[in-house]
Amino acid sequence: MSENQAPNAEASAKTLKFSSFKFSTLRQYGIIFAIVAVFVILSTMTDAFATKRNMLNVLDQASQVGLASLGATVTIIGGGFDLSIGSVYAATGCLAAIIAKAGHPVLGLISGMFLGLVLGYLNGLIITKFQINSFVATLASGLIIRGIAYVLTDGLLIQIKDERFAVLGRGYIGEAKIPVYFFFGFAALVWFLLAKTTFGRYVYAIGGNEEAARLSGIRTDMVRTLTFAISGFSAGIAGVIAASRISTGQANVGDSMTMSAIAAVVIGGTSIVGGEGAVWRTLFGVMLLQLISNGMNINNVPPFYQLIVQGAVILFAVTLDAVRQRKT
Amino acid sequence: MIQQEIALVPKMTVLRNVFLGIETNSKGILNERDVRKRFNEVNDRTGFNLPPDCLVSSLSIAEQKKVEILKAIARNAQLLVMDEPTATLPDEEAAKLIDIVRGLRKSGTTIVYVSHFLKEVLSVADVVTVLRNGHLIQTTAAKDDTPESLVVAMLGRAMSMSFPPKCFPKSDAPVVFSLEMLSREGNVKDISFEIQAGEIVGLAGLVGSGRSEVARAIFGADRKISGTIKVDGQIVKINHPQDAIKAGIALLPESRKTQGLLMRLPIGYNVTLPHLKAISKHHILLKRKETSDTIRLLKALDVKPPVPNERVDSLSGGNQQKVLFGKWLFQRPRLLIADEPTHGVDVGAKLAIYQLITSLAKEGLAVLLISSELEEVIGLAHRVLVLRQGRIVAEFKDNPDGSSKLTENAIMRAAFATE
Repeated sequence: MSENQAPNAEASAKTLKFSSFKFSTLRQYGIIFAIVAVFVILSTMTDAFATKRNMLNVLDQASQVGLASLGATVTIIGGGFDLSIGSVYAATGCLAAIIAKAGHPVLGLISGMFLGLVLGYLNGLIITKFQINSFVATLASGLIIRGIAYVLTDGLLIQIKDERFAVLGRGYIGEAKIPVYFFFGFAALVWFLLAKTTFGRYVYAIGGNEEAARLSGIRTDMVRTLTFAISGFSAGIAGVIAASRISTGQANVGDSMTMSAIAAVVIGGTSIVGGEGAVWRTLFGVMLLQLISNGMNINNVPPFYQLIVQGAVILFAVTLDAVRQRKT
Repeated sequence: MIQQEIALVPKMTVLRNVFLGIETNSKGILNERDVRKRFNEVNDRTGFNLPPDCLVSSLSIAEQKKVEILKAIARNAQLLVMDEPTATLPDEEAAKLIDIVRGLRKSGTTIVYVSHFLKEVLSVADVVTVLRNGHLIQTTAAKDDTPESLVVAMLGRAMSMSFPPKCFPKSDAPVVFSLEMLSREGNVKDISFEIQAGEIVGLAGLVGSGRSEVARAIFGADRKISGTIKVDGQIVKINHPQDAIKAGIALLPESRKTQGLLMRLPIGYNVTLPHLKAISKHHILLKRKETSDTIRLLKALDVKPPVPNERVDSLSGGNQQKVLFGKWLFQRPRLLIADEPTHGVDVGAKLAIYQLITSLAKEGLAVLLISSELEEVIGLAHRVLVLRQGRIVAEFKDNPDGSSKLTENAIMRAAFATE
């Protein structure tokens, strides 16, 4: 910006103050208004919606995409994209099932989560060592990972009879299912990392301007690699939960998981250009998508229409973000 | 419209950029031969001699500026708005550009010329209009104006354009920084120099002479082939900016937008980014300390407004530059390398930055000052090194008794090798 223009901009900002204040509030907190609106509308339409049982159900259904989207939040704030989420989700479930089949269900579940972490870390290494665009790198690695999952399972469903394997996905603690606790536990962890630690600050910095971050003494490659490790880890946890829930490991799941996770992040208002965003936004984004789909289910709206509505919501969120980027 | 920042497509050739959107075509199919003919016409008319098939990204900033001008001429512009066209250019290129502007004027083009450089404005303009805070202050004939009269109009009060008085380091002041035989890619060879505590050393030279390259290699931003760096007499190994920061070296990079600041992030994040260790415990940030320390620093640097939560790009250029200084003063470095510290800031901020640099040196910091504005280098530095093609070719010392050979002329001669 030229110095000469600054006073002009200041002056015009003053005259616009009132209207732009309302608009910026919408931009910043639009997701909250949206959730409240959806909630109110759906509650008035059906009595079955705003019940404790239905809400716990919504949370449970949201937990897998929710976990994956928490990981995606970290990579996106760091200025990257992880398109291998769905493949990692499938592969980790497969590994968990294969080990469980061999008689070690608990070890299987833990190994599955760990595999997610390793795969994510490898993604990060590939991206930083070879300096490849993360979008393309994870698109490719996602294909490889899914291919390996097919090879390992021979393309078959691996069904687990052992009840211990199913506890993670179907067990309860109190009134809520175990995945819900994993979801919120992981959310708390990611929130803490991003908002309270030096690592979190570095993630925002590399997403804001990687070169400036490097010139500030940040080991940008290491930070970036870790963001992908976190993303892989979260997809891994979601993957073993999915396998546990249906007592089956299969290589062909999770195709839509990547896009749903990224969509939830964007709908929450985290900017796709990196450097901005927050965990609470993603939580709201996930819940908004889940409430809409739940409400439409309850009201017997055919699933095809749900896709259309979801797409429209995403477009709206991205448009708001684009307007925000232009404005400033 | 020719803007301060380059607005070209970097991955396209000069030719494609110049005729972008106005290519000769029939039904959408390019007429390559005619485009080339038109390119040669405008190229000859300006005497730029730009290579049509070079990628714009491979050109220097000065040459890119020329491409932008060609682009305007190729569109037969009747009215040309030039916003700080010389801000990114070294003096000799700027002089050429001004000649071109005069030529355009002669051939009937109307030009609105926006610039901070008052002498430049007066030498090129017929009529000067001064704006302040979005209001028209005065419009006068350039021949009736002087730089001083314009400053008075711009500031609303008189202000001396002079530099703060130099405070010379004692001759036995300890050597804070020493560099021996630095070589790196990009034709920088065998650079050696020392800086004492309290000394401001200027690094002058044409664009492309390797000034910023030397700075980046010292800081670990780029790889070096060889070279030994000592801070306070201790050899330090620097392979990454982190090593340099640990050793007490700070680099204020050339471009605050792309290298210096995280424009979309809060001011506070920017200021503390290199110093998070100092405001955290077990990697957990001490936010209250961060905020209070940052506010104190922003107030000391007179950043307006001093609010850590505002985004950097909400500030004016001068205040952004002060934030950039703040970023490297949150913890005091031993050596401050300032690459174009007053690039694109207004007169008031410029003076504030001059005073800041001078007072930092007075406190005992070693300062390496890189600038395309010779006036600035001479006005601030105690000693000036002149680079030509990646080597130090001359050294001029300013003496407190006034018997110095430090003049613009001497530096230019050394930089151009006309001695």
